[in-house]
Amino acid sequence: MRSVLLRSVLPPVAALFALLALWEGGVRLLEVQAFLLPPPSAVFASGVKDASQLAASAWVTAEAALAGFGLSALAGALVAVLLSSSRLLERALYPYTLFLQTVPIVAIAPLLVLWFGPGQRAVAASAFIVSVFPVIANTLSGIRSVDPALRDLFRLYGARRLATLLKLELPSALPHIFTGLRIASGLAVIGAIVGEFVAGFSEGTAGLGILVLASYRQLRTDLMFAAVLCAAGLGIVLFGAVSLAGARLLRRWHPSAS
Amino acid sequence: MPSLGHEPAPPAANLSPTGSGIGVRVEQVHRVFPGGVAALEGVELEISPGAFVALVGPSGCGKSTLLRIIAGLDSATRGRVVLTPAPGEARGSRAPIAYVFQDAHLLPWRSVLDNAALPLELSGVSRPERRAAAREVLAQVGLGDFTARYPAELSGGMRMRVSLARALVTRPRLLLMDEPFGALDELTRGRLDEQLRALWHQLGMTVLFVTHSLSEAAWLAERILLFSPRPGRVVLDRTLELPRQRTAALRLEPAFAREVMALSEALERGGA
Repeated sequence: MRSVLLRSVLPPVAALFALLALWEGGVRLLEVQAFLLPPPSAVFASGVKDASQLAASAWVTAEAALAGFGLSALAGALVAVLLSSSRLLERALYPYTLFLQTVPIVAIAPLLVLWFGPGQRAVAASAFIVSVFPVIANTLSGIRSVDPALRDLFRLYGARRLATLLKLELPSALPHIFTGLRIASGLAVIGAIVGEFVAGFSEGTAGLGILVLASYRQLRTDLMFAAVLCAAGLGIVLFGAVSLAGARLLRRWHPSAS
Repeated sequence: MPSLGHEPAPPAANLSPTGSGIGVRVEQVHRVFPGGVAALEGVELEISPGAFVALVGPSGCGKSTLLRIIAGLDSATRGRVVLTPAPGEARGSRAPIAYVFQDAHLLPWRSVLDNAALPLELSGVSRPERRAAAREVLAQVGLGDFTARYPAELSGGMRMRVSLARALVTRPRLLLMDEPFGALDELTRGRLDEQLRALWHQLGMTVLFVTHSLSEAAWLAERILLFSPRPGRVVLDRTLELPRQRTAALRLEPAFAREVMALSEALERGGA
């Protein structure tokens, strides 16, 4: 057990330290100016010095990302269930859900400000738009891939539509749904940051996106790096939480959880 | 114009000794799939309540299609299937027809107990009642100690037994089995055949059993229907002259070998 842990944890940790050492050494050796590329030690120092600001900003971004992600999970699953209820409905509407995937969020973010006003609601809407499609696509694919023999079995025993949905289709689609949610979790954070770039200016604490913009304008590249790392960390935490929830739910029956 | 699919019929007077099997009458059933592939051509059958009948024939001869039409999972292009007595009039049975597929097809997220109880759950039976029924039937198939396990934790043979338990939990009057043990090893298959035959004796339901194996068909069934290659027609309808009580040793007896040989020759003549 311990050796397995060592074998899986040691290589990425060693690679990280090697990369940081190379970065630190390279910046110092070549005397790169700090506003162009700060050494990792400066980023770390800024992270410690501005910890409370970073934490407050991360929380603001997390709130918007979580709201967008939660909405994606709910609305995405509902839309997929609706589309799966009829081939005609799927053929008619599915192409338009693709719009959510292909729309350049930066281009429509000003529209979100017009609709929702600047602030958290517009940022959450941006997180939602970016992250909902993977949930729809994966849930729909999961429902469509239900074992036909099991469908026959439910038909044979006279199962009603709702019973088939709740006892067969949704549990069967669960591994697919979690794949969609994992993708959506990372995208929701990206959507929130992008949303903040355009729509995040409002009263109160600024999110990480605003912090990145402000530190860029002040040439505080060390703080910018720290904020970017926080945003990445936020995505990883959300991804990890969704993966953990999936693994717990699927652990006794699906190979993806092992 | 002939009617399609299932038609209720007046209850038959002569049920099997235990009174729990239902009869099946297949009247000139044709099945042509979209694209013009004819799977069945004019199949005519009369299966008495409580019979154990094996359907044998080359791959793609329409045996499984016929089973699906009898179950109501597919429709005949022409002709009809009549169940006697009609499902609505079946006594003491919640779901008169049960189907066992080629693979176990269990719900992997449910325990063995909840898998076996599924048909009762879908027909609205209360949780304590359906769980008690599932426990009883799992004990009958020898899985009484495995009720809390999940399908992924079982062997192929055990999974198939759960599938059999799920089919039997409704106390079906007609059990349709589509090559259920085909994917199992010889030893497990032999054991499951013995278990199935014992359950048939005990419960008295009608069994239609599709298989590729002539010796399995001969050991299990009282009557064998041999199908021609596609489009499937019944080319041989043979009632076996074998004892009602069958043991593993029967497979080594000359009478059994003669029956298998006769079937094999018939398959060569009409099925090849």
